[in-house]
Amino acid sequence: MPQQITIAIFSENKAGLLHRVTTSFTRRKINIESLTASESEVPGIHRYTILVEITPEDADKLVHALEKQVDIQKAFWYSNDEIIYREIALYKIRAEAMADGSPALEVVDRHHARILSVEEHFTVIQKTGRREATTQLFEELEPYGILEFVRSGRVAISRPMKELKDYLAELKVASAR
Amino acid sequence: MSTTTKPDTSETSSPSNRITGSEAVVRCLLEEGVDLIFGYPGGAIMPVYDELYKYSDQIHHVLVRHEQGATHAAQGYARSSGRVGACIATSGPGATNLITGIADAMIDSTPMVCITGQVPKHLLGSDAFQETDVMGITIPVTKWSFQITEASEIPEVFAKAFYVAKSGRPGPVVIDITKNAQFGELDYQYERCEVVKTYVARPDVGRNELQEAADLINSAERPYILFGQGVILSEAEAELKALVEKAGIPAAWTIMGLSAMDTEHSLNVGMLGMHGNYGPNVMINECDVMIAIGMRFDDRVTGNLEKFAKQAKVIHLEIDRAEIDKNVKTDVALVGDAKEVLSLLTPLVNENSHEAWHQKFKECDAMEFDKVIQNECSPTEGMMTMGEVIKNLNQHTKGEAIIVTDVGQHQMVACRYAEFKQTKSNITSGGLGTMGFGLPAAIGAKLGAPERQVIAVVGDGGIQMTIEELGVILQTDVHVKIVLLNNEFLGMVRQWQQLFFDKRYSATEMVNPDFQKIAEAYKIESKRIDDRADLDQSIQDMLDHDGAYFLEVMVGKENNVFPMVPSGAGVSEIRLE
Repeated sequence: MPQQITIAIFSENKAGLLHRVTTSFTRRKINIESLTASESEVPGIHRYTILVEITPEDADKLVHALEKQVDIQKAFWYSNDEIIYREIALYKIRAEAMADGSPALEVVDRHHARILSVEEHFTVIQKTGRREATTQLFEELEPYGILEFVRSGRVAISRPMKELKDYLAELKVASAR
Repeated sequence: MSTTTKPDTSETSSPSNRITGSEAVVRCLLEEGVDLIFGYPGGAIMPVYDELYKYSDQIHHVLVRHEQGATHAAQGYARSSGRVGACIATSGPGATNLITGIADAMIDSTPMVCITGQVPKHLLGSDAFQETDVMGITIPVTKWSFQITEASEIPEVFAKAFYVAKSGRPGPVVIDITKNAQFGELDYQYERCEVVKTYVARPDVGRNELQEAADLINSAERPYILFGQGVILSEAEAELKALVEKAGIPAAWTIMGLSAMDTEHSLNVGMLGMHGNYGPNVMINECDVMIAIGMRFDDRVTGNLEKFAKQAKVIHLEIDRAEIDKNVKTDVALVGDAKEVLSLLTPLVNENSHEAWHQKFKECDAMEFDKVIQNECSPTEGMMTMGEVIKNLNQHTKGEAIIVTDVGQHQMVACRYAEFKQTKSNITSGGLGTMGFGLPAAIGAKLGAPERQVIAVVGDGGIQMTIEELGVILQTDVHVKIVLLNNEFLGMVRQWQQLFFDKRYSATEMVNPDFQKIAEAYKIESKRIDDRADLDQSIQDMLDHDGAYFLEVMVGKENNVFPMVPSGAGVSEIRLE
């Protein structure tokens, strides 16, 4: 059964690499739900965190196809119970809706969201959490008028304790054979 | 790329090493042992062509007539010589014309480096004349690719390109070089690449897995070896033969593995797959242990996966980890180079003979001979058949020639019946099935193995896709022999239309040109025959002729290739008629 799978890909930051990564998905007609590029804990190594909905069997094949790309060091896939993950969402609300005593403020408070910025004509709310939580807040703020909404891609930390640098050390030995 | 050294750009470097990017390109090629390159010039690659002119005593440039021909010729060269094929083209249409050959090399694991010119860096993305996004287009069909925009990048990128193309599971690499990088200067210094730290070229096979594989083989009563091109690419032919003979295991091949083992060897049981031999297809569903070596379980090999060797324990020896469990679930994975792994495995394997098991293949062979082979290879009436032409070729070549095929019925017949005593002798487009591959690949194969007889066996459809490459034979005087098996149809499609579309021959009948006149126009000796009484002498004349030769053989228009595994069927449901 297809399920939410988080794919983590580690590589040096090189022009064209993202195209090579996404090609591995598109040629299999796997839709990318979200994609986040960032540094990793290892200097010079970047990571892509990609959320897809596929079967574990297809995830296995995809990760091996990714990992064999010359410029990709490592690729992993995780089911949701193997990671701690979050997304960040920002909501732009008309200033009047957020006036003192407005029920919208109560909604923000109840969701443990925070007011990121108060401007003359609007207020920006920030909510960090899983998709269901940011979606729930969206639905509850909607009656007050959401002028703009954005949600980041998933970021995820894996539960297994083996560190990337240990994988890279193994790779260094293997590549020098 | 940790072992490659960046060019020294300090002012103290020797002035003699200060050269242009375009000269660096040619010197890099020389460093990698390239003495032959297939290509076609154009605006964005002219500086490199100017250097090729200067270095023409060291690098032979073969002018093709279409860039697709350059890629297939480079593939043929790589496959017959075991070296990296090189080709070069200009930007835009020059580059896009390479794509078919690059995709073909990718799926058939052929080491190839393609160099394309590109508009100057400052014009990238501006829709300049003959600009196209070569990186974007080629990334999905290359093992690696890189766009060079500064001259100083050239040595390091070329070193990595050749290493990546040749090592591990080989494949095509594209280097796109902007024109400013060709005109620019660098302090040239070259160091060959031997390691790419993000890439494992030679996986280290697990010792436990080796023992597990040996135990499975030693316990097997009906073991079955299935080998592919990985054996040829890792030059493991002797190691394969040693395992086969020691353990007494019948060995079948994929189309890409053909010629890795003498076709007349008593344990070589033939081809598995859609038009393979009856025995291997039926017995794959009766074996108890399957040892797959250097192959990837293509759907043309396995047929319906739900009906493919479900009873067997599977050992898969393969250098590309991504192939393990991709199509067929593996019990023991031996991830590594075929030559290395086989040399470690065979000492762990017991001597055996499996006589009763061999006998079952022989019984199948007898059935296939009666129902198919006799009629196909030794007909006595009617139009000539493709099979009898190949059989006659065998009698003359004694299995010593390189046979290059195009794609279609003639390809299947040639692969079924051609005899091979030497490796690297069957050159065909297996994975992509590229019509038009045959003629340019044969030209490349001959240039890669000039001492060997190279015979292109082609159909009337495929040859017309790249027939312009006869111009290379004319200009470069390449002594290839072309056998055109002319049935005036796109035969394989027609066969499917006959069998599966109620004989509705949609767009498969060919109105052909006078091929003799075309050959004559290119000053190639030629002959057309339609009587089997002329076949033997005509083939003799072709092979005796000192030069290229074009032999057109008219064959039955509506002959079919059998046996055949219908699409979607299991391999053991193979039809003999």
